[in-house]
Amino acid sequence: MRVMVLVKADDRTEAGQLPNEAELTAMGQYNEELVKAGIMITGDGLHPSSKGARVRFGGGKRAVIDGPFAEAKELVAGYWIWEVKSLDEAVEWLKRAPFPTDGDSYEVEIRQVFEAEDFGEAYTTELRDSENRMRETIASQHG
Amino acid sequence: MNDRDEVARTLDAIWRMEGARIIAAVTRIVRDIGKAEEIAGDALVAAMEQWPNEGTPDNPAAWLTSTAKHRAIDLVRREVNYESKQAELSHLTPSATSDQPALDEIDAEVSGEVSDDLLRLIFVACHPVLTEEGRVALTLRLLGGLTTGEIAQAYLVAETTIAQRIVRAKRKLAYAQVPFEIPAPSELVERLDSVLEVLYLIFNEGYSASTGVDWVRPTLCAEALRLGRILAELQPGQSEVHGLVALMELQSSRLRARVSAAGKPVRLLEQNRATWDQLLIRRGLTAIERAEALDAAPGPYLLQARIAACHAVAIDPDTTNWVRIVALYEVLLYVQPSPIVELNRIVAVAMAFGAQGALPMCEELVRSDELTGYYLLHAVRGDLLEKLDRKSEAHDEFVRAAELTANAQEKEMLQARAKEQRN
Repeated sequence: MRVMVLVKADDRTEAGQLPNEAELTAMGQYNEELVKAGIMITGDGLHPSSKGARVRFGGGKRAVIDGPFAEAKELVAGYWIWEVKSLDEAVEWLKRAPFPTDGDSYEVEIRQVFEAEDFGEAYTTELRDSENRMRETIASQHG
Repeated sequence: MNDRDEVARTLDAIWRMEGARIIAAVTRIVRDIGKAEEIAGDALVAAMEQWPNEGTPDNPAAWLTSTAKHRAIDLVRREVNYESKQAELSHLTPSATSDQPALDEIDAEVSGEVSDDLLRLIFVACHPVLTEEGRVALTLRLLGGLTTGEIAQAYLVAETTIAQRIVRAKRKLAYAQVPFEIPAPSELVERLDSVLEVLYLIFNEGYSASTGVDWVRPTLCAEALRLGRILAELQPGQSEVHGLVALMELQSSRLRARVSAAGKPVRLLEQNRATWDQLLIRRGLTAIERAEALDAAPGPYLLQARIAACHAVAIDPDTTNWVRIVALYEVLLYVQPSPIVELNRIVAVAMAFGAQGALPMCEELVRSDELTGYYLLHAVRGDLLEKLDRKSEAHDEFVRAAELTANAQEKEMLQARAKEQRN
């Protein structure tokens, strides 16, 4: 199962402040742990919304709105994509993330990514081939 | 107060994350993976009893690990005591301190490097003394954290069959006194080959199988890929590890394009490339770069990954670099001669230079008798003949291929192609 972990913005990230060295080190170690566990697919931090833009669709028009945007808590400041077996596993991994627990409360969100299996049976019924290994070798062009 | 179900779910997740490492750490103490697995299982039972009442510890993984290790050390102490008592009885010599060195050794070992233990466990689970089936079952069980039932479901066999394979494999390891060690440099490559083979077997089972149970295919592929990624971090200096990871990432990128909405297989050249997973393609290409940065002669996995990459980066079949694919198959043939690889090369030759030149190569392969009875040989020959407008011969080849495949969907497709030759 693939999940996206959404790290929300706050005043600091919206001000474009970079994490301090201790925070960077802790996050680096955490990321390394995720890679070593084989679950990390990708992840990145995002620039503040002042460097972003929105396109508003409606009223028969497409209007461009330049950043920054209000409501920092509603904005995304970074994300990971993980491959895990269950939502519980994702929760356990996220609990280990080095976000401070002593300051203002702060939420990080886990969302499941849609995958082929979610679109119904058609995607998941596939033939079984007794010669599957041979078949796979040749699949690069033929199968 | 903690809910029992919640504890069970947490434990399940923690086991998935830490099970292999806990078993590995315990194995280093008790030197027997069967015993280690039992002890780790006991620690889970203890957690299930204590956590609902006392609350889940802040660091559940550490709790489980230290509980399991303590139990392991207790077990070894008992055995050491038992042995020294045996010695006392037989030799009638007091030996109050005789077990001290053994205990010191245990304590020293317990504080060792965790990732080394995991690597040792991988090598032991994939040890060449075991049968292929035994290696696969043990790897999924000990490293993948899958239950016997889940493995049985994945391989469409009875649960007792898998249980037996695991028991036999453990017994064999104990009998052969396989040491819990990372192989010496002289045998590392060979042992690593065995590990890579097991991972690729698991991956292919998931990639090409999947009757019935929905989660089977993605689970086995995902598991093999996860273990491959872990191994790539443990053995970053081994080119073929990255090669295999790259191959699995690139093949996984096409998983959702391989079956049509009607559940029929879709051939590579007809797949909707917009549905290929670009994230996995990028990871595959990165893994190839890691392998290439190592300056080792490319092995079979890296070569296959490079071929897969040629497809992955092409926006359609026509812009695929078929000449490069032919060249890569030629190197692959040199590194790992096989009639299947030759057949693949012939298909690529037809794509790169036309069917005219490829057909004689195919005839030669037919004459060599190496792939007699293999339906794809006839399917490929039929394909070449069709391109050369030799319809009646092509028809016969597709009919022959359809007769030879046991796969109903494949048979149907080949029969349809045979019929097309009549029009």
